[in-house]
Amino acid sequence: MIEVRGLSVTFKNKGRAVKAVQNASFHVAEGEIFGIVGESGSGKSTLLKAIAGLIEPSPRSLLIEGQEMGVKRSKADRKLMQFVFQDPYGSLHPRQTVDDILREPLIIHGIVDIDTEVSKALADVGLQPLHRYRYPHQLSGGQRQRVAIARALILKPRILLLDEPTSALDVSIQAEILNLISNLRLTYQLTSILVSHDLAVVAHLCSRIAVMRLGEIVEILNVEDLRNHKATQHYTSELLAASVGYSRTA
Amino acid sequence: MSSAQSSTMTWHDWLASETPTSRVQALSSRVYQSIGAVTANPAAFTGLIIISILILIAMFAGVITHGVSPYAQILAERLAAPSTTHWFGTDELGRDIFARIVYGARVTLTIVLLVSILVAPIGLAVGTLAGYLGGWVDIVLMRVTDVFLAFPRLVLALAFAAALGPGIENAVIAISLTAWPPYARMARAETIAIKNSDFISAVVLQGASTARILFRHIVPLCISSLIIRLTLDMAGIILTAAGLGFLGLGAQPPAAEWGAMVASGRNVILDQWWVATIPGFAIFIVSLGFNFLGDGLRDVFDPKKS
Repeated sequence: MIEVRGLSVTFKNKGRAVKAVQNASFHVAEGEIFGIVGESGSGKSTLLKAIAGLIEPSPRSLLIEGQEMGVKRSKADRKLMQFVFQDPYGSLHPRQTVDDILREPLIIHGIVDIDTEVSKALADVGLQPLHRYRYPHQLSGGQRQRVAIARALILKPRILLLDEPTSALDVSIQAEILNLISNLRLTYQLTSILVSHDLAVVAHLCSRIAVMRLGEIVEILNVEDLRNHKATQHYTSELLAASVGYSRTA
Repeated sequence: MSSAQSSTMTWHDWLASETPTSRVQALSSRVYQSIGAVTANPAAFTGLIIISILILIAMFAGVITHGVSPYAQILAERLAAPSTTHWFGTDELGRDIFARIVYGARVTLTIVLLVSILVAPIGLAVGTLAGYLGGWVDIVLMRVTDVFLAFPRLVLALAFAAALGPGIENAVIAISLTAWPPYARMARAETIAIKNSDFISAVVLQGASTARILFRHIVPLCISSLIIRLTLDMAGIILTAAGLGFLGLGAQPPAAEWGAMVASGRNVILDQWWVATIPGFAIFIVSLGFNFLGDGLRDVFDPKKS
């Protein structure tokens, strides 16, 4: 479904080129949820944004359903793939009600019966009708992230990209949102890529995981190997050890 | 009485509700809260009162002056001192200054209104386009803005009024031409700050067109600071208009325009002070009113505060 072949992203800043992602390659099958982990600055979010079409990837490196894609995409291609951002405080327009926010994608794609679609989307993510005409500042972080998920799913995309969807939320809410995501994925048969620095989150949701470091994919392993700490690369083993916690004697 | 009280209570409840049930209610409750915030701010409230009075005076000029025409000349009573018949005295042609001040409010308001509807859209369009598109569009638009910004305001306005011929409309065009660049710069700066936010990326990913992103998502966020700036600038615009009038390039005789009235009183300022002083005072109060309102609005709507 998603094929990444030697994808690189280079940022040019005042004549200096920074390679944020180098030669990343992986494949995500239909219905699979693929995880990308790494420390901050490892390029995982950049890679996801390149797949989403927010950042230009290197030419001929990204195929979605066998079709080559860059930053310029048709409306239909946009509809195929939606994105949930990390920060629910920054991803909702501060002057629009939840209703306006959910209406917008439907209007853009000329979908009729907006009213029922919006109330259905709210119900899907576990929000009450009373939240519908509130502004984002009247909602909690978890509720905002639910709105962001509803906005992503209202177009019925087949691919959902998740950029650290829980890292801005406190722990009790994180579990709720993760369960919501995994339930919705089953209901809508979504193919997903989840980016996170939290190995527990990734292990909970994903079947295969790519480990990134300094813009490169160090290794791709499946979730059993991750749980059993069977990494082939030294860096991954270190990362896994760090996620368990450091012991004094070591 | 109790029923009236309960009905106002429900209105308040409906407007202040944290859980609006329709788009109309959500919008009205936001407007209601803004109005509440503005009236709670003393400076903004004073400014609002002054400007409301100005608007009322302009609307009911005929009633307020009891039908005295601002153009009626009574040469026998020229340069009469303020009295019960002529509250503010008369000018050098025996016209009642009170009536002229009252009708002059219309001229002032016309200028204010026309400049606002010219300047705000131009500034917004140029600024948001430059900020959002970036690249060569940004460079071209901003250099044009710089060129207009480099001209001294009154001098460019003078040149325009001189080239197009004197008159209120041309004065308005001249003022607008020199007034829009700061708005474009402001809108550009705000757009650049907003355009990389996630909520804009989200609509990009939904497949929204550039025009839709600009008008539906970016412009609404630029408007509040634009209105604040416009209100604060209004005093300057009124003074520029009065200055053009004073120099004979604004409203033409016999129109009652405050700046031109100050100019006509200049010759007799030592002996008949009221001819120049009273219109000057009117300009002062209205400018002050707009300044108060602008300051208050800034306090209320400053995004850095809330």
